[in-house]
Amino acid sequence: MTNHNYASKPEHGADFGVLAYLVTAAAVLLLMMSFGLLMRMEQAQIINMGPMWFYQLMTLHGAGMVGIAGIAGAAVMWHFLRQYVDLSKGIFVANLALFLVGVVMILASVLLGNFHGAWTFLYPMPSKSMGMWSQEAAALFMGGLLVIGVGFVLLHLDVARAIVARYGNFARALGWPQLFGKDDGNAPPPTVVASTMVTIVNLTGLVVGASILTMMLVNLYVPSFAIDALLAKGMIYFFGHVFINATIYMAVIAVYEILPRYTQRPWKANKIFLASWTASTLMVMFIFPHHLLMDFAFPTWMLVMGHVIGYLNTFPILVVTGYGALMIVYRSGIRWDMASRLLFVSLFGWAAGAMPAFIDGTITVNLVMHNTLWVPGHFHTYLLLGMVAMVFGFMSYLGKRDQQTDDSLLGRAAFWGFTAGTLGFTLSFLYSGKESVARRYAAHLPEWVPYDRIGSLFAALVVAASLLFIIRFLSRLGRAGRDFPRASLAHGTAL
Amino acid sequence: MQQTAWLLSLALMLLVAFGFTFVALKSGRRADDYAPLQARAYRIRTRLFWALVLVLGPAMIFSLLDLPYGASHAHAKASGLQALVVEAKGYQWRWELSHNRVPIGQTVEFHVTSADINHGFAIYDPEMHLVAQTQAMPGYTNKLNYTFSQPGVYKVLCLEYCGIAHHNMMTEIKVGSL
Repeated sequence: MTNHNYASKPEHGADFGVLAYLVTAAAVLLLMMSFGLLMRMEQAQIINMGPMWFYQLMTLHGAGMVGIAGIAGAAVMWHFLRQYVDLSKGIFVANLALFLVGVVMILASVLLGNFHGAWTFLYPMPSKSMGMWSQEAAALFMGGLLVIGVGFVLLHLDVARAIVARYGNFARALGWPQLFGKDDGNAPPPTVVASTMVTIVNLTGLVVGASILTMMLVNLYVPSFAIDALLAKGMIYFFGHVFINATIYMAVIAVYEILPRYTQRPWKANKIFLASWTASTLMVMFIFPHHLLMDFAFPTWMLVMGHVIGYLNTFPILVVTGYGALMIVYRSGIRWDMASRLLFVSLFGWAAGAMPAFIDGTITVNLVMHNTLWVPGHFHTYLLLGMVAMVFGFMSYLGKRDQQTDDSLLGRAAFWGFTAGTLGFTLSFLYSGKESVARRYAAHLPEWVPYDRIGSLFAALVVAASLLFIIRFLSRLGRAGRDFPRASLAHGTAL
Repeated sequence: MQQTAWLLSLALMLLVAFGFTFVALKSGRRADDYAPLQARAYRIRTRLFWALVLVLGPAMIFSLLDLPYGASHAHAKASGLQALVVEAKGYQWRWELSHNRVPIGQTVEFHVTSADINHGFAIYDPEMHLVAQTQAMPGYTNKLNYTFSQPGVYKVLCLEYCGIAHHNMMTEIKVGSL
């Protein structure tokens, strides 16, 4: 049963906790973007900080970006989900508090203890530093990640509790009665379906992540407690892949909730939508071997599974969510402002970034592209122009004065600067990957430097545009908490 | 391979960009009745779905036909000579190879492992293009087969981050009678 009519919903301002999440995410994002720019400039030989600083900043950049992606995604999810289920504000705030404790531990580990084992902390590197950092620095870093992980486990347990209290079980919250039976039009809203998926995958991923972190912490002080390096790598990539992907699946809720308000068209959880989210629930968890395609000792059937799911995973992104956005915007009369532009372009970023990603997940391609700059090329496309654009769109929406206000010239310049800057920046990575430029190198060969210089220019543009978005959001914090209609109504619809 | 991946990615990204630009340009004038638009869009989506199945399905299967795993890989392409085994071991931050000179046209089977932490054993041709790689892991030996067809000085770089001198962890393989 399909309903073509849009039922308008009240537009709520953000809770204080959501704003605290967003301010934290924005501040850390800007700092980590600056670190990223410095790393690019070092490779471009514009500055000279040396390998120690480069790898320390690389470690902070990775951990920081993954962390704030989680925080920003959780803010979006929590803001909209609480309009359907009863969430605990105390747990929500506790997660942020634990996150900040974890951040302090990680900063101390890197800046005071010189830890630079990368955010992926591959076993057994933290315990084999060749004298470059102490046992305590490694423990502080992994302990910091563990504390952050515990916070997210608490948050997702609360989300799980609230969803089960309202819908009875996860199957109903994923809309299985409507998916596998008759679609009576009463499937849970997209926000609930997405939140359920994220809760299932993230709880699984976080438990695996916490397990390997605990095992490695024990190994740090009791070396006889040896861990199989391949098992450790599999667990780390399972956790890392699930967590970073879940951030996009949380942030996309902003698109599901806000774009329909602009277009006055519903984004319904129909059978195709429900099927794609159920499929994504499974695929996000079983695709992780595509990070291990060059680990020939890993079971071949799992590597082939990673290859196959990499192809299948493009379907929900392209055919359901990306296409869904095109459907509701086409001939909608949408009024383009910073929020609607960012949310629309975010789905382009996600879908476009998925293209070089699935190609990288092809085993024969991975043989000559794994751990080149091709990899940051694709993940920066769907995280920066996808996930971060979703969050900036959400922030821009919250900060709107009213339904009518148009963007300033500076605001438009920031949008186009961000879009062009991100594309230039990520294409410079992708082209470098095509030229076999190695990833995570503090110093580049002379023939690689021209690409780094081009990348640095575009990265600077991204940082400048992001600074404008963030200043704009911070200057409108007071308004972001108030309840009033923000979404500009489409041309041809009554005010 | 890298050139194909680049051109294919660019083409697909441009197709996605075309779709989003087309819709953005067509977004200004509102069609009041969404139902017929939606019905048409669903029909197009079904076609898009099957087009993707027809293009990606064979590509996914075809690309599985020549996997780099297992000792049989590349042997068919070789001259029939028995593979030359080269033991390769990674250390923080150097490579140790049992041979650093190999012939052209004979399959070389690299037995790759690590003495300490994870490294990435990556072979670059004289033009510095990556031609093959596998991970070097403590406790495991990954077998990588490669048949060199061009003479020259090849380089082995580390492609798994391993600490402060990761970018300096390089060695050379001389191919042919240099």
